Amino acid sequence: MMDTSEMLMVFNRHRGNAIVVPGRSGRHWVRISEKPDRDLPLGDPAMGGHASFAMGLALALPRERIVLFDSDGDVQMGMGILATIAEQKPRNFYHFMLDNECYATTGGQPVPNATTIAYDAIARACGYPRVHACDNLETFSILVERILAEPGPVFTWLKVRPEVENQPIGARTKWRIRSQVQAVADLKKELGITGC
Amino acid sequence: MSETQPAGLSPGTVLAEMKKNGVTHVVWLPDSETNWLYLLMKAEPSLTLVGVNREGLAFSCAAGIWAGGKVPLILIQNTGLMESGDSLRGWALGLNVPVVLMVGYRGWTRHGVSSDTAATYTERFLDAFGVRYFQVEGDADAPRISTAFDEARKTQRPVAVLVADEYHGFNR
Repeated sequence: MMDTSEMLMVFNRHRGNAIVVPGRSGRHWVRISEKPDRDLPLGDPAMGGHASFAMGLALALPRERIVLFDSDGDVQMGMGILATIAEQKPRNFYHFMLDNECYATTGGQPVPNATTIAYDAIARACGYPRVHACDNLETFSILVERILAEPGPVFTWLKVRPEVENQPIGARTKWRIRSQVQAVADLKKELGITGC
Repeated sequence: MSETQPAGLSPGTVLAEMKKNGVTHVVWLPDSETNWLYLLMKAEPSLTLVGVNREGLAFSCAAGIWAGGKVPLILIQNTGLMESGDSLRGWALGLNVPVVLMVGYRGWTRHGVSSDTAATYTERFLDAFGVRYFQVEGDADAPRISTAFDEARKTQRPVAVLVADEYHGFNR
C-alpha cells in the first residue's frame, strides 16, 4: 500500500498543466499543488459523484487534461458512471481510484467486500479501454508517466493506506482554503470561461 | 379547472427550446415520455447526449459540464429526481449550478386525482429544496422553458420544468 501524500507528490512531478480534481485527497493535494487555479478541491459535495463531475468537466474541456483522484467508497456508490465514462470515451480523462478498503472519514469501517473486490476488472468490464492496478509507490513512480501519455479514459486502481478519522466532524482540521464555489470560479477565470 | 387536455408538447418544440438556450449537453436517463425526443436529440449535431444509469449522477455530471463552461440540461423523470436528493443538494445547489431540469411528471393528471405517489411528492420535493419550477403541458406553454433558463441564469440555481404531458406529446 502507498501513502496518499507520497503518491500525490510523485504524480505532481508529471502533472504538467492538467486540471486536477483531488476528491478526498484534497487535504494533501492543496499542500502539494503548485497550480491551485487549475485545481478543484471540492471536498465532498455529495458522495459518489466525483467521477461523474470530473467526466462532465472532461467532456466540456476536450483540450484540457482532466485528472481525478477518486475513492473506493465513492466508486462503489456511483459505480454506474463507469459505463457512461466508457461510452463517452473522453480521451482527456485520467481516473485514479484510491482504495483504502474503508470509509476512512467515518471511522474506518470496511467498504462492502473491501479486500477481494477487483476494481480493475470492473472498470475493464464496463468498457474502459486502458486499466492499470498498482499497490506500491515504486511501481507507481514508473507507471504514472506512461499512464498520462496514454489516451483516455484510463482507470488506475491504487492501493493506499487508510487515514482513519475518528474525531467529530466539527473538531477536525479544516483543510479547504477556498469554498467550492470559489474554486470553480478560479478555474473558470484561469481558463477564460465567461458568460455561464 | 378545465379537464380538457391541451395539445401535447411536441419533441420538436422542446428541442427548439434547448437550441434557443444554448444547451450543449443533455444529461439524461430515459423515461416513458422521451423516446421521440431522444431520436431528435440524437440527430441534432449541436447536442452531446450523456446517458446515465442513476439520476443522482446526472447532477454531478451536469455540474462538471457547467464548470467547464458548457450548458447542460438534465432530462429525467420525477421518480429519479427524488432519488437524486443528495446530489441535487451537494452538486447543483452547493456549487450554484444554473442548470435546467426537465422532469417528466409521472402520475400528474389535470383533474388532480392520481394514485401515483410519484406525482404526490414531486412538487413537495422541489419545494423542500427551494427549487423553483414551471409546468408545461403543451406547445403553448413552451416559452416557460426559456423562462426557466432565464431564471436559472439570473439566480445561479437549478430550476425545474415539470413536463405534465404524460403519454401525449413526448411519446407520440
